[in-house]
Amino acid sequence: MNAWGIARLVAAKDLRVEWRSRVLINQVLPFATLVMVMFAFALDNDQTLTRVAPGLVWLATMFSLLVVVQRSFAVETADGALDALQVAGVRPAGIFLGKSLALLAQLAVLELVLMGAAVVLYRTELHAGGVVLLVTTYVAATTGLAFVGTLYGGLAAGAKGRETLLPLLMLPVVAPVLIGATRATEAALGTEGATPSDGWPWIGLLILFAALFGVGGTMAFGSLIDE
Amino acid sequence: MRLVDVVAVLGGFPALAGASLTVERGEIVLLRGPNGAGKTSLLRLCAGLLAVERGQATVLGCDLTLDRAAVRRRVGLLGHANGLYADLTVGDNVRFWGDTVGATEREIAASMERMGLANRLMDVPVGRLSAGQRRRTALACLVARRAELWLLDEPHAGLDAAGRDELDQTLRAAAAAGATVMVASHELERAGALASRVVEVVGGQVRGAA
Amino acid sequence: MNLTSSSSSSPSPSPTSTRFTRALGVAALVGIGWLVLFGLFLSPNDRVQKTGVRILYIHVPSAWLAYLAFGVTGLSSAAYLWKRTRNLQWDRVAGASAEVGVLFMGITLVSGSLWGRISWGQFWTWDARLTTTAFLFVTYIGYLAVRDLGGTHQQRAKRSAVMALLAVLEVPLVHFSVKWWRPLHQNETVEKGKLNGLMLFSLFIGLISFTLLYVWLVIHRQRVLALNDQVDDRGLDLALAARREES
Repeated sequence: MNAWGIARLVAAKDLRVEWRSRVLINQVLPFATLVMVMFAFALDNDQTLTRVAPGLVWLATMFSLLVVVQRSFAVETADGALDALQVAGVRPAGIFLGKSLALLAQLAVLELVLMGAAVVLYRTELHAGGVVLLVTTYVAATTGLAFVGTLYGGLAAGAKGRETLLPLLMLPVVAPVLIGATRATEAALGTEGATPSDGWPWIGLLILFAALFGVGGTMAFGSLIDE
Repeated sequence: MRLVDVVAVLGGFPALAGASLTVERGEIVLLRGPNGAGKTSLLRLCAGLLAVERGQATVLGCDLTLDRAAVRRRVGLLGHANGLYADLTVGDNVRFWGDTVGATEREIAASMERMGLANRLMDVPVGRLSAGQRRRTALACLVARRAELWLLDEPHAGLDAAGRDELDQTLRAAAAAGATVMVASHELERAGALASRVVEVVGGQVRGAA
Repeated sequence: MNLTSSSSSSPSPSPTSTRFTRALGVAALVGIGWLVLFGLFLSPNDRVQKTGVRILYIHVPSAWLAYLAFGVTGLSSAAYLWKRTRNLQWDRVAGASAEVGVLFMGITLVSGSLWGRISWGQFWTWDARLTTTAFLFVTYIGYLAVRDLGGTHQQRAKRSAVMALLAVLEVPLVHFSVKWWRPLHQNETVEKGKLNGLMLFSLFIGLISFTLLYVWLVIHRQRVLALNDQVDDRGLDLALAARREES
């Protein structure tokens, strides 16, 4: 089967696992919302919260990304399924794309909830003028995060000390997404008088990021998960 | 399949220390030997999961030292782990593994029937099954893979009498259809009756085989 | 693997030094002696930064070397991944260079923030160069962690080479994102024209002697890594023999 067919199969499988186990809904979403509440405790100022809301949303996304990626590969390694996938002759590029797709879908749900939490908890206001920018930011940034998460999650999957290795490897890499997505989101929300036109250059960076790691991951994933 | 003086390393330890073995198409070979002798490593090496450190290995006409990926998609491995997704149902699991090789809906249903997975189990999550039922599910996934080389590591473990009979029949049928089968097992009587040849693995080497 | 046969015939380990590296080491030492002499005693104080300018004589060379070292790691990794030049030697050079690079990058960060405290009044500022440097530091610590994951030498080499190339991807992305985020660039406090001859000369000595030191360290370190690999192979030979006796 070609890589794309495998990707669809793997993505459908991952989403079905999530649908049956509800780990994202029952555990990750409450965790992410809790992080948002903790930010409010730490910052303790309504104006500050509204000002930094875009950054906090993305920061909470990064933390949740770590959890979701760990889970995504724990499913594969728990009973030797990653080995079985390799013996099945499944193309690594297909596994990479499929798991990225499933991660993308899960992150999208997560971000919707986090944005809703920001509206409720941090008094963030959405503007009609910034909607296109906001949606584009989410698509571009989330795609990049999904690729990077799958790439480094796969590398750490078989390793000893994977729980600690993954954040060390992944957080420095996703820093550009944190900066770019936060600035673009600020522009879309009009935080501190920013206008949507301030945000579009950042979209370029986010798309470049997603493209580079998408291509890099597709090519390199096989050699990273191979024993 | 032909291994010549193969060395394979696991975490610095020579799991295979110069193993040589030739197996013809359609054979059912039983690997026996004490724990830690290298049976599992031998099977994993043939499946293309374990790298050949030294020596030569040709499996299904492919050189393992050059291209392990080409071999992988033509073999089926049942290791100690079952390779199942605990959150998915029996049906989902067998369908997923069948789909990776493009098996049809009918073939998938047939492979489940073959391993005696009754309809009532179809929609039960694998995580809720007993060990023996899981083993059956894994075997059904293997059947659905239509492999040319079957590699089974202690396949009888955990199976009840009916399950063992079904397994044996399945392996005989596969061999009769031209597939090669290698089984590592401690259940010598049962597996011995099944096998066309018995070889002994000791100290990372194969005895009683050229 | 071909190292095994040679190593099993010569039981005494070969030293990592040769006449060339000894000369190199002496040259680096002499250079550092000069650097101490010129940097601390002979060169004058800066008009603005007073004696704080002397930190630059080690800060600038170590920053330059860290970048050079990571560049070498990237190139050696690419050389390993390219099939025609595939050789474990490249992997060891990449690893040795990354280790030395992390060391120099640590020196850069510490000396830089001390210097920043003296001349800007603060240890840290969020400009692109500083932030990228800090990220490089963390990224290559991660790279070194990946090198330690185990597996055969070939697996280690391939995995870490891929990691090194991903780091090469990451660095410009981090750099430009921080640069756009904080466009106000710290103006270089010491402009080129303002360094007098003796100061420039001290900096020059720093660059030369640190580069010699880098080359010396990498040569030795990569030989040590090669010996480590040989030890692994020897250990495998012994384990193989022991294993064969089992049967």
